Order: sequence, then structure tokens, then C-alpha cells
Amino acid sequence: MQKNIIKLFIISLIIFVIGVFFIGLNKSSIYDTKDLVGQKISKIQLDHFSDNRIITEEDLKKNDFTLINFWASWCAPCRDEHAMLLKLNNDEKNLKILGVNFKDKKDNALKFLKDLGDPYDDLARDEFGKHSINFGIYGIPESILIDKDLVIIKKFIGPISKNDYSFIKQIVRKQ
Amino acid sequence: MLSNIGNTLLSLNILIGISIIYFSFQNLSSSKVLIGRKIYHLCLFQSTFIIICFLTLVSAFIVSDFSIITVYQNSHSLKPLLYKISGTWGNHEGSLLLWVIILTIFSFFFLLYNKNHPKNYKIYSLIIQNILILGFLFFLLFSSNPFSMVSPIPKEGLGLNPILQDPALAIHPPLLYVGFVGSSIYFSAAIASLITNYSGKLFAQSIKNWVLISWSFQTLGILAGSIWAYYELGWGGFWFWDPVENASLLPWFAMTALLHSLIVLEKRSLLYFWVIILCLLTFILSVTGTFLVRSGILNSVHTFANDPSRGLYILIFLSLMIFASVLLFFNKFKSSNYNLNSNSKETFILINNWFMIFYLLTVLLGTVYPIFTEVLTEHKVSVGPPFYNTVIIPIVVIFLFFMSVGPRTQWIKNKFYNLNLLFKILIVSIFINFSIIYIFKSYSLMSNFIIISALFLIFASLIDLYKSLKKQNIEFPRVISHLAFGFLILFIGLNYNFSIEKDFNLKVGEKKNFENYSIEFQNLKLEDFQNYKAVIGEFKINKSDENLNQFLFPEIRIYEKPSTITYEASIRSNLLKDYYITMSNIDRSEYYNIKFQKKPFMMWIWISVIFISLGGFLRFFKNAKKYY
Repeated sequence: MQKNIIKLFIISLIIFVIGVFFIGLNKSSIYDTKDLVGQKISKIQLDHFSDNRIITEEDLKKNDFTLINFWASWCAPCRDEHAMLLKLNNDEKNLKILGVNFKDKKDNALKFLKDLGDPYDDLARDEFGKHSINFGIYGIPESILIDKDLVIIKKFIGPISKNDYSFIKQIVRKQ
Repeated sequence: MLSNIGNTLLSLNILIGISIIYFSFQNLSSSKVLIGRKIYHLCLFQSTFIIICFLTLVSAFIVSDFSIITVYQNSHSLKPLLYKISGTWGNHEGSLLLWVIILTIFSFFFLLYNKNHPKNYKIYSLIIQNILILGFLFFLLFSSNPFSMVSPIPKEGLGLNPILQDPALAIHPPLLYVGFVGSSIYFSAAIASLITNYSGKLFAQSIKNWVLISWSFQTLGILAGSIWAYYELGWGGFWFWDPVENASLLPWFAMTALLHSLIVLEKRSLLYFWVIILCLLTFILSVTGTFLVRSGILNSVHTFANDPSRGLYILIFLSLMIFASVLLFFNKFKSSNYNLNSNSKETFILINNWFMIFYLLTVLLGTVYPIFTEVLTEHKVSVGPPFYNTVIIPIVVIFLFFMSVGPRTQWIKNKFYNLNLLFKILIVSIFINFSIIYIFKSYSLMSNFIIISALFLIFASLIDLYKSLKKQNIEFPRVISHLAFGFLILFIGLNYNFSIEKDFNLKVGEKKNFENYSIEFQNLKLEDFQNYKAVIGEFKINKSDENLNQFLFPEIRIYEKPSTITYEASIRSNLLKDYYITMSNIDRSEYYNIKFQKKPFMMWIWISVIFISLGGFLRFFKNAKKYY
């Protein structure tokens, strides 16, 4: 009797694990950025970098377009794209840039912005990289362009290039 | 052309596989004592054809036949020959073909080299192995065909990912595959053993060399991957607990446990069912690892392709394998009572197994946990090095102590010898540990424990080494592996505690001083190479208290096909330490971001691992001499 219970337990465990793998298999496309386009971001909760408040989806709904940019002071390609971000912030009035400082030290991040300029309209902090995972971020820099309704227009993996820059400009100015 | 040859050979192999299974069943029902000549011949053809099939793909890569999609996607006519060849297995389809080759060759050799075992046992092993071969052949042909054509034929290929163009990585997959695909043969043998009730000492002898050879190769394969990560990923680390690395480590734990408990089965005819579980588990973990890595269910730095349909196929195959083996096991399992003396060798080998299973479960849990949380709670998490380090490191200390004491026990008897000696070794180890702290610098409590226990194992093994050299006894391979393992942990511990890492920005002509090092950015030049352009920096490292004058040349490489930038570390290795520099450009500025590292004993970490696997090879050759 006891033996049968053990057998049953082992077999259910195996079925459970395989079941989870099976469901996971169909879910894994979340990482695929192509499928992200057109999806709506439902819930955002990010700690503000300096103020003691939480940035939520309500804040982003106020902007016509928002570029969420994930960066860190230790990341070399982030320096690459910084000029593009500054330019975007300067020229495009329809676009707000939300920076998410990823797994970084506060002092280093502040020094980075002081040295290279601050392109961000708002800055959030994700010290342990926990919240960024919800955006499907697996390496930085990455950026997500969303509209007023929080629908993802495009996701950029790696630094924002000149082409990406023109693409964003074109989208934002259409309105 | 090549594509047709390849496809024909693959289809032919499916037919041969089916006929081997058919003739094997025929042979089983006949009263013949011997395995028919026909079966041997078929197996020989099977191996030959699959090797030719693989060579066909290799030649397609060499002559850059871009009519084949795999070649088009992973090669380029300007690539150096070595990387054209290694490109064959640097992708999903080609590496799967390598899988099938190893399954097939192992199947043939197992049949060939186990002459003295009962016919039914061998035939059933052959049948099971051929079912596995067929499963992978179907997968290859219908879902991951390496010979698929592309039309119109492209003029030029897309190129192999530059970070895969590396000598260590060129040999890494074949080594690793001999390891974990090789474990298929004792999976098949274990099933055959359950079906035919062929257990005990003789069963252990029939598989032990296969376990040894796959274990040794697996060890080397993990090493090659680790060296590659160290040189190529440019972070200066050599183990990142990345899911892909974990996938190679999981079967290694199971194999190591098997390697040890097999000795008990051979010497004392005990633990039969436990050995069977480990045989089954090793290959199941290998396939699980392949599933996790190839299906894209886990995101990792080196996942090949995210194709859920492939994942589904492997998952179905895996489930069938698991259920078939578990049900058969339940059907045959008989519980037996072991009366082991608590201080006998049997007990200590079992203890080794508990540790291995503990490591295995920890790593397995850490690897699949993100999938579970995502599916069950919609939360995405990532499990990083802190988890593994906190759980595994304290246990390693205890493990090392058992590892030193274990071999000093005897079979059956409840007796230790030389307890006194062990105590002396402990004192010496503690003394050396504190001398290191006194002369160099102090480190954390945990590091103290790690270094003491590693030294303890090293001294205990050295004494064994001396004894075995004097008496010429057979324990030599074991001593080598254990000694090397002790050194591995010691060097990792020292490396961890005595590494220096420094990050700063420099422009050409500038000099940076810190501690007693100075680093001078002397020159910067642009050079053209066959398949990339490189910005090469020239750095001079000096130390205030000695005339070091080391020059390092880190590179930023710009590859055209596919267009990628990679940062190549420059490493000066010598026996005691590595100097390691990477540089990256800062946009709109003449400054470069420099990362300097001093890493002591890196070379010895690699050498230790080579010696660990050497122990396996030595034992293999000794056995081979004895039995064949």
C-alpha cells in the first residue's frame, strides 16, 4: 500500500513537471520581441529613482509617446546610445523618456548622468533587476516605445542606432 | 548534390535502424546462442553511413555550398577552414547530427566489445539504443534537417556568430557530446538489464568502461566550454551558472555518482537498483538539458534557436523515455535490505552519492525554477550565482572531508585505519591556511573552511599517491582524480580571494596607477584581418616592486558577416597568474573603458580539471587491458 502511494507520487510529480514544461514551451515566446509589438502593457510599478514614490501606468498615460530605456552606468553600449537619447529628448516634444536604471549603484548612475547629460524626463530604479524582467529585458541597453494607450510600438534590443532614431522620430511626428 | 547524398544517407539509416530492430527480435525468438552475423554487419553499415553523412555536411561547409540552408545560415566563404569545419556542429541541425553519430557508434562498439555477456542482454540493449537512434533520426529528418535546400541559391552565407569562432569552442561540442550522448548506451543497457534480469557484478562490468569514458569526456567538454567563456565572454569569470552550463553539469553529477556506486555493485553486488536509477537518470538528464537549451524555454546567452515545435518533439520523446523507464523500473523493483557497516567503504561511496544527488537537485532546481514560477504564478525570476554559491559552497567543505576519509576505509569491515595520520594532516592544513592569511591577506570564514578542507584532501591524496607508487597498486587513477579535485577547489578558492579587478577610463598616452600596479595606454592601431577589422590597444603593465613590463593587446573586433562587434580580452597567462585586459570604446570621446584583472592560478584551475578527467582515462585503459 505504502509502496503504491510512493509510485503514484513519483508518477504525478513527473506528469506535473512535464506539464509545466509543456505550458512553458508555449509561453516562451514572450521573450520574442516580435510578438511584443501590439501588446498592451497592463501593469507598471517602478520605484522612482530619487523621490519616494512609485511610477505606474497612470503616469505614462499622460504622455503621447513614452520610450522606456533600460540602462546602467557599467554598461558600455549604454554610453553609445546616450547621444541619441539626448537628441530625442531635446527635439521631440511628443516623446517622454523614462529611464530605468538597471542593477546599478546610485552614485555611479548619478555620476554617469552628470558627465554625459541627462536625457530622462523621469527616472526609475531597478536595483536588483526584478521589475525589468517583467518587460522581457534580458540584457541592456534595451528600450521599449509605447503610445498613450500603453501599446508597444517597438522594442529595441541593444543601443538605439541612427536608424532606430529616425524610426522613433517618424512615429512620434506622425501625430 | 550534397544535400541529396545527405538526405539519402539519413533515410537509409532509418531503414537500417528498423531492420536492426526487426532482426534483433527475430534473433531473440530463435534458439541461436550467438548474435547473427547479419546484425553485426547492419550495425557496421549503420555507423559507416552516418559518418559519411556527417562528412557530407562537413564538406558542404568546407566548399561553402550555400544551397543548403544550414550552411547558408552559419558559414561564409571567407571564414578560416577550422571554423568552417567547426561551424558544422555550431548550430542546431549539425549538432543534432553529431548526437546521432555518437548514439550509433556507441551502439556498435557496445555490441562489439561485450562478447562475454549473455545474448539477450546485448540484443535488448541494441534494440533500445536503436529506438533512441530512430527517434533522433526522425527528429533530424522531419524537423531539423541539416540538408534542407534554399532557393534561389544565395551567393554568400550569413557567417558564423563571431563569438563561436574560437578553438576551445570548436572542440567543446564534440567532447561534451561523447560525454552526455555516450550515456545513452548505459541507459539502454540498464533497460536491457531490467528486462532480462541480468544484474550484479557482470552487469557492472559490462557498463563500467562506458561510464568512465563518457565521464572523462564530459569533464573535458565542460572544461573547454569554461575556458571559452573565460577568453571570449570578456568578463574574466569561468563559470556563470548559466542554464546551458548547468545543463552540462547535471548529467556530470549523475555520472559521477554512478561511477562510484558502480564500484560497489562490482565488488559487493550491492546497490543494483540504485545503479539502474543512476543509469536511467544520467541520460534522461542529458535529454532534459537538451530540451531546456534547444526549445528556448529558458533564455540563455547561448541558446541556438527558439523553435517551440522542436521543443515539443524533444519533450514528447523525453516523456516517453521517462514513462517507459519508470514503469519498467516499478515493475521490476524488489526492495532489499542492505546491512552496511557504518564505517565501511560501501557507506562512504553511498555518502558520495548523497552529495552528488544534493548538488544535482540544487542545480536542477535553480535551473528550472524560473520556468515554474513563470508558468504557475506569471512571475519571471532569474536564479543567479548567489543562490548556487550559498547553497553549494558550505556543502563542498563537508564533501571534501568525506572525500579524504572515504578511500581510507575498507570493504565490509567497520574499521578505519590511520585516524591519527588524518588528524596530523588536518593540523598541517590549518597551519598552511593561516600562513597564507599571515603572509598575504585574510579572507572570509567560509574561504578558510574551503581552503583547509581542500588542503586536507590534497595531503590525504598525496600520501595515497606515494603509497600507490610504491606498491604499484591499482588505486592510482582514483588518487589522481581525487588529488586533482582537491587542487581544483584550492585554486578556485585562492583565485576567488586573490583576484584584483579594476575599472577605469584611459586615452592613448595616459597612465593609471593603483595599488602597486601601473597601466600605460601606449598605442592604438587599426588592422584588417581575413574576416574582421580590429582596433587594437597596446597596454604596458608594471609593478612598483618588480620589473614586470608586460604588454597586453586587447581588441575591439568589427565583423562583417554577420555584422557584430566583439570585445576580445587580452590575456597574459603564466603559471602563477593571468593578467587580463578588456577595452571598450566610449562614444564621442577619445577615452576607452578599460577593465583590468589579475587572476592568480587560472592555469592551475584548467590543469586540475584535465587531471580529474585523466584519472578517468587511466582507469579506462587499465580496465581495457584487463578485459579485452
